[in-house]
Amino acid sequence: MSAAPIIELRGISTRFGTQFIHRDIDMRVEAGQVLGLVGGSGSGKTTLLRQMLGLLRPTAGSIRLFGLDPGEADLLIRQTLRRRLGVLFQHGALFSALSVFDNIAFPLRELRCLDEDWIRRLVDLKLDMVELTAEHGRLMPAELSGGMVKRVALARALALEPELLLLDEPTAGLDPERSQNFVNLVGVLQQALDLTVVMVTHDLHTLTSLATHIAVLADQRLVACGPRQEVMAVDHPFIRGFFAAKAGKLL
Amino acid sequence: MIDVPRLQIESGRVVLTGQWTLAAIMPELSDLQQRLAAADGAKAWDLSAVSRLDSAAAVLLWRAWQQAWPDELNISAVQRLVLERVASQPATSPQLPVRRHHLVAALGSLLLRALGNLRGMIVLLGQLLLDLAHLLRHPADMPWRELSATIYKSGAQALPVTALVGFLIGVTIAYLSALQLRSLGADLFIVNILGISIIRELGPVLVAVLVAGRSGSAMTAQIGVMRLTEEIDALATMGVSRSLRVVLPKILGLTVAMPLIVLWTSAIALLGGMVAAMLQLDLSLLYFVDNLPRAVPVANLYIGLGKGVVFGFVIALIACHFGLRVKPDSESLSANTTRAVVTAITAVILVDAVFAILTRHIGVPSL
Ligand SMILES: Nc1ncnc2c1ncn2[C@@H]1O[C@H](COP(=O)(O)OP(=O)(O)OP(=O)(O)O)[C@@H](O)[C@H]1O
Ligand SMILES: [Mg+2]
Repeated sequence: MSAAPIIELRGISTRFGTQFIHRDIDMRVEAGQVLGLVGGSGSGKTTLLRQMLGLLRPTAGSIRLFGLDPGEADLLIRQTLRRRLGVLFQHGALFSALSVFDNIAFPLRELRCLDEDWIRRLVDLKLDMVELTAEHGRLMPAELSGGMVKRVALARALALEPELLLLDEPTAGLDPERSQNFVNLVGVLQQALDLTVVMVTHDLHTLTSLATHIAVLADQRLVACGPRQEVMAVDHPFIRGFFAAKAGKLL
Repeated sequence: MIDVPRLQIESGRVVLTGQWTLAAIMPELSDLQQRLAAADGAKAWDLSAVSRLDSAAAVLLWRAWQQAWPDELNISAVQRLVLERVASQPATSPQLPVRRHHLVAALGSLLLRALGNLRGMIVLLGQLLLDLAHLLRHPADMPWRELSATIYKSGAQALPVTALVGFLIGVTIAYLSALQLRSLGADLFIVNILGISIIRELGPVLVAVLVAGRSGSAMTAQIGVMRLTEEIDALATMGVSRSLRVVLPKILGLTVAMPLIVLWTSAIALLGGMVAAMLQLDLSLLYFVDNLPRAVPVANLYIGLGKGVVFGFVIALIACHFGLRVKPDSESLSANTTRAVVTAITAVILVDAVFAILTRHIGVPSL
């Protein structure tokens, strides 16, 4: 393994119209890290994630994903790049015209080298991982509950066995037991496959039990980024408030 | 960077090394599958040197083992977990019963669907009448904003394109008939031909086809997306009637706007015809304008406008009906939009035929 970081952001600034969302953000995510990205609602976490994926160009600054520019014009490079990562969008973004099974099978079929039996086993396996059964595979996305949409989207993100997982609020809308199972699942995968995970989350339990590193977005800047214990000790109004709320909840 | 997955058979033991992940095995898939097939039946497997094992590779191994654990397996605990997950899956999942298509059944279901659509439209029509009755009693509930928005979007904004198409059609018809008429020495009849055909028939039908494609599809798509994103449900929870606020202004608006566009398009088409006649037959514009009222009884104009009203109503009704039938997925949205446009144009032609029969004695100049 080379020592190059999986994700590297340099001097990212983002502006929508006249409004600045990010100012001069630098960030590195190394292989094997589980980075929790936190920040108030509307602080630009989803936007930052979209930029990492190359779906949105920052106003200024450069992004490196596996050492490459995700907005790279070459289709082939982008394709190989995107096969190495799995994404869970905040609202699921399931293909509404495809059944749950076909949604998860879609990225596998796109590889064009797996046979149907192999794909079926893999899809069933992923469904099982997120605690859904093969029967659920026949449902259409419109027939799922909110939490089930999240879980199917996670199963789809895991379909290609990616090295890098980008998760936008994976546990929002899940009951406590399910979010605990999610934590266990990602933990196991992370151990077995040495996954790198970037997750946006407001859930303190997920954060404290899964994240090795934390990055905090506030006032348009990255106010802290580093190992979890260090960040939790940083003296910043937002960070204090964020973790104090948790202390209150645990009592 | 990635260490390549390898498989060796060493004195009866199958030794796997490298990284067994989907990304790594993909480039060498056929080679690996051959080697796995060659190792078939081996009793001892050594996976201790495998650096990573993901579930795709685990499925590959499990299938190579004929879905049973080998007698001797050397593997790390984490990777055994991955294999155990695969092993716990049933070999085959229950298959969906395959639906057979019979010709008779297909025809029957087609007929039932058509009847269902007809019924839906009648229900929508009834709802519309109820809403109108409600509006008579509570005039303050009239959705003026939505109504004017519909008139603007499907009326005012359609003016340029209908004018362009109308002008070109007028030029084409005048040009073609001028050739025929000249050979018969009946140049002056161009006024009759253009006047009657455009005002009575072509103007309304042309506009109807354009509007069905333009505004009809837009209405279906808009209502469909509102259903997709549960906006219709949100309206309902706020006590806003979807038929009063969404459907009624569209139908009413298009019914009002259509005859106006028909008038406009017919006028421009006549202008195009006049210009062509002037260039081809040296017929002065003044002569054309002077003779138009004499050649074309005014009843034709009323028939044309009446067609506009009915066509507008039919197009909007069909568009709204199919919009409300959209199921929350993108496939159904596209299917229903297509159906709306096709049905609307077919219905317009059908209604036009009925008009032709009913008005066959009206407005035809007697020579
Ligand atoms: N396409 C866009 N055009 C204009 N402004 C946008 C756009 N996308 C996002 N924004 C703005 O950027 C800001 C950050 O949005 P973003 O979705 O990244 O927030 P977030 O941190 O993910 O919030 P949440 O936790 O609520 O999901 C918001 O103020 C939003 O209004
Ligand atoms: Mg967000």
